[in-house]
Amino acid sequence: MDGSQALKLSCKHVWSYISDYIDDSVSAEERAAIEEHLEHCEICSAILDSVHNILVLTADERIFHLPIGYSDRLHARIEAALRGGESPSSLPER
Amino acid sequence: MLIRGLRPPLRDETENVMAVTAASPGACLPERGCSRTMTESSELDLIARILNGEEHLFHELIRPCERTAYMAAFGVLKNQADAEDVAQEATIKAFRALKSFRGEAKFGTWLLSIVLNEARGKLRQRSRMPLESLDGKPEEQEDFTPFPLADWREIPSEFLERAELQKRIETAIEELIPSYREVFLLRDKEERSIEEIAQIVGVSTALVKVRLFRARMALQKQLAPYLKQQIGGRRKRFSWMGARP
Ligand SMILES: [Zn+2]
Repeated sequence: MDGSQALKLSCKHVWSYISDYIDDSVSAEERAAIEEHLEHCEICSAILDSVHNILVLTADERIFHLPIGYSDRLHARIEAALRGGESPSSLPER
Repeated sequence: MLIRGLRPPLRDETENVMAVTAASPGACLPERGCSRTMTESSELDLIARILNGEEHLFHELIRPCERTAYMAAFGVLKNQADAEDVAQEATIKAFRALKSFRGEAKFGTWLLSIVLNEARGKLRQRSRMPLESLDGKPEEQEDFTPFPLADWREIPSEFLERAELQKRIETAIEELIPSYREVFLLRDKEERSIEEIAQIVGVSTALVKVRLFRARMALQKQLAPYLKQQIGGRRKRFSWMGARP
């Protein structure tokens, strides 16, 4: 320490920042403090990696894949509405 | 469609710990809206043309949003058939009401808020319960500390070929409380920005972040022990078998 008021974080603090850190919505100062902590703390690094890993897996299209034919049926439905002579009315629906 | 690999790769376990912190996760996540294949002005052009009689262009307008429309409905309803119905209903509603779209938000944001309304309506109908009692579960009472880990070996996406692993992840997401699940799917499945999710769901960005944090922590807690076993367990069994005479 050079006497500057660097932010020091406990593991619990780091956990509370993990989500924002992943979204890159932490301040530069917070980011520096988190990364400083991660350098020395294997537990927090492992937890961050596990969360990150779970998010990558979740984003995979095999998780909650779209029903087969979903898009075709949706566009058929739109087509039916168009052919039925429907047009955007000015009546607010909501 | 999701572009995979946008998130930075996980730290390889052979790399040193500093490597994970070198690149900021999420820093390369672009804001992705329905209009990511469409600029805002071309979206408005398209809408103007539809309103001027080129109604078939509505197909083009909806295409970039259709996947998220389904996922947003699924987040509320947890049922494929119902989610598809709602996505269709909301799409037709949006078409009929297109004139009332003022362009204050992106078309996709507007559409998705219609989807969520429809989905909540359907849920009310299905459960014959007032929405308050569905949403009324306390959001505060859980403990959001993560499952502690000494190390983490990456589970590659190929592991999702295993039906059981896929099911475990889906079940864990389905078990999230509804308000967390909605936000989680919009962010981590559909990669919407926090700001857009706040608009779609109708809450503050701060609340979106809180829900997202809790959803992610709950999933880590639920899934990390199981996922760890998937990799760690294999290694153990292998060495045990190798040790047999
Ligand atoms: Zn720590």
